[in-house]
Amino acid sequence: MTQHDKQKIKDKLFCTIGYVATFSGLLILAYFLIDIFIDGFHRIDYDFLMGFTSRKAENAGILPAWVGSVWILGLTVVFAIPIGIAAGIYFEEYAPKNKVTYMLEVNIANLAGVPSIIYGLLGLEVFGRLMGFGGSLLTGSLTLTLLILPIIIVATRESLKAVPQSLRDASHALGATQWQTIWHQVLPSSMGGILTGTILALSRAVGETAPLIVIGALAYVDFVPTSPMDNFSVLPMQIFNWTSRPQHSFIINAAAAIIILLAITFIMNSIAIYLRNRWQKKIQW
Amino acid sequence: MKTKNVFAIGLLSLALLSCGGGKKQQNTEGVQLQGTIEIDGSSTVYPITEAVAEEFKKIQPNVRVSIGVSGTGGGFKKFGRNELDINNASRPIKTKEIAICDSNKVEYIDLTIAYDGLAVIANPQNTWLETITVDELKKIWEPAAQGKIMKWNQIRSEWPDNEIHLFGPGVASGTFDYFTEAIVGESGSSRGDFTASEDDHVLVQGVASDVYGLGFFGLAYYEENMNKLKLIAVDNGKGGVKPTLETVASNEYAPLSRPIFIYVNKQATKREEVKAFVEFYMKNAAALSKDVGYIPLPDSLYTKELEKFTNFVK
Repeated sequence: MTQHDKQKIKDKLFCTIGYVATFSGLLILAYFLIDIFIDGFHRIDYDFLMGFTSRKAENAGILPAWVGSVWILGLTVVFAIPIGIAAGIYFEEYAPKNKVTYMLEVNIANLAGVPSIIYGLLGLEVFGRLMGFGGSLLTGSLTLTLLILPIIIVATRESLKAVPQSLRDASHALGATQWQTIWHQVLPSSMGGILTGTILALSRAVGETAPLIVIGALAYVDFVPTSPMDNFSVLPMQIFNWTSRPQHSFIINAAAAIIILLAITFIMNSIAIYLRNRWQKKIQW
Repeated sequence: MKTKNVFAIGLLSLALLSCGGGKKQQNTEGVQLQGTIEIDGSSTVYPITEAVAEEFKKIQPNVRVSIGVSGTGGGFKKFGRNELDINNASRPIKTKEIAICDSNKVEYIDLTIAYDGLAVIANPQNTWLETITVDELKKIWEPAAQGKIMKWNQIRSEWPDNEIHLFGPGVASGTFDYFTEAIVGESGSSRGDFTASEDDHVLVQGVASDVYGLGFFGLAYYEENMNKLKLIAVDNGKGGVKPTLETVASNEYAPLSRPIFIYVNKQATKREEVKAFVEFYMKNAAALSKDVGYIPLPDSLYTKELEKFTNFVK
C-alpha cells in the first residue's frame, strides 16, 4: 500500500465518522420529537392554551406559563440586547489593549461557563432581596439577562472582528469619527452575526428553569401577569411540575407543553436565520 | 359570525355567573374578597394546596393565589423572613427555623392537612415477598449494607439466592429523608448503591421490569400503577400491614406514614382573604387530598384543626 492509499483511507474514514456523528445527533432529536408529538400533540387545543392549571390533568391549561415565558423573554430582550451589544462594541472598538481590558475579557469568557443556578442565587440576593423586587418578572428577567450577557458580548465581538479593518480605515480617512464609523459602517455589516448570537442566547434563556426556581418562580398562578412586578410561572416550571406528578395524564400535559416550548424556540431560531440571511445579502465588500 | 356567537355566549355566561355568584356569596363567605395569597414550600404538599386554590378560585375569583415549590426548607426560609402567608411543609418546623421566625417576630400556627404514605414495592412476579419487617428494611437500606447485602437470601434465608436490585428516590427528595429517618433512624443515612431517581416514574418502571427489584416511593405512585407493581406489607412488630386509607389514617401503618402540614403566618391571617382561604382549606381538605392521591385525616381531626385555627386568629 502506498503512502497515498493510506491517506485516502484515512480521508474516507474521517468522512464516515463525520457522517455518523451528524446523523446520531439528528436521530436522537428525531426520536425525541416523535415521542413527544405522539404523547402530547393531541392534547393541544384552545382550552389548553388559554386555561389555568388544575388538579385534573384534562382541565389543566398553560396560559399563565406561556404568558410568563413571553414576558420574561420580552423583558430580557430589553435589558440584555443594549447592554450586551454596547459592551461588545466597547471591547472591540474602544477598549485600550492593556491588562485591565485583558482581565475583563478573560472574566467575561469565564462567566459564560458559570452554571445557571449560580446566577439564580445571585439574582435572588441582589434583585430579589437587596433591590426588593421579590420573585417578580423583573427579578427573573434581570437574572436571565446576567446569564446570557456573556454570550451576547462574545457573539457581538466575533461579528465585529469579522468586519475588515480596511472598511474602518476608509471611513476614518473620509473624516468620520469613531462613532460615525461604528454606527454607519461597522454595525450594519455585522448586524446579522450579532442578531443570530443574541437570538440563540435568548432561546437558551427561554428554556432555563434552575435560576428561576431559585428566585421563586411559581408552580401555580391563577392570574395572568400584567406588570413586571407580578409573580409568575414559566413553561419550563410547568413542565417540571407536571413530570413529577404520579398521574400519567399529567405526563401527557407535560409533553404538550414541551411542544409549545419547542415551537417558541423554533420560531426564534427561524427569525435568527431569516435575519442573518437578510443582513448578509446587504453586505457587499 | 362565529366570533359573534362566542361573544354572545360569553356575555350570557358572564350574566349567569354573576347571578349565581351573588347567591353563593350569601351562603358561604359573605363578601367578595380581594388580595393576594403567597404560598411556597414542599412539592409533596403542593398538589393538595393546588387543588384547594383551584376550588377557592371558584368562590373568590378576585383573590390571587400563587404557589411555589421551593421545598419545605426553602419555604421555611422565606416564611421566617415574613415573605410568605402560608408554607407547605412535609415535616414539622425545625428548631433552627423556629429561631429565625422568632428573631423576625413571625408568629405562626401549624395545621395538619393530610397523611402521606410511603409504599414498599416489589415486582408482581415476586412470589416470596409478602411482608417485610422494619428491621429487615433497615438491614437492606442502612449504610453498612453497602456492598454487603447484595442477595435476597442474606435478608431471609428462605428467599432466593439472587441479587437484590434496589430502587429509591434521589437524596435531595423529602421522601428519601423521611424513609431513612423512619427506617434507618437518621435522616439521609442510607447505602449509596441503589438506583436513585428524582423522577418516581423511573422507579416505577424499574421495579415493574425487574423480578428481583425492591423499591419505595409515595403511595400515590403505587395507586397509579397498581397493575404493574406488588404492594408489600410492612411489619413493625404487630404483624404485616399494607398501606390503605384506613391503616395510614389510624397510624397502624407505622412508621411509613407521616402527617403533612401547612404553616400559616399570624400576621397574614389578619387579612380576610388569607383567613377565608385557610378555613376553606380545612373544610375541603378531606375530599381534595383524596382526589389528588393523599390520605385524608378523620373528619373529627379536621374539625379540631379548624377550631385550633379559629382560636388562633382570635
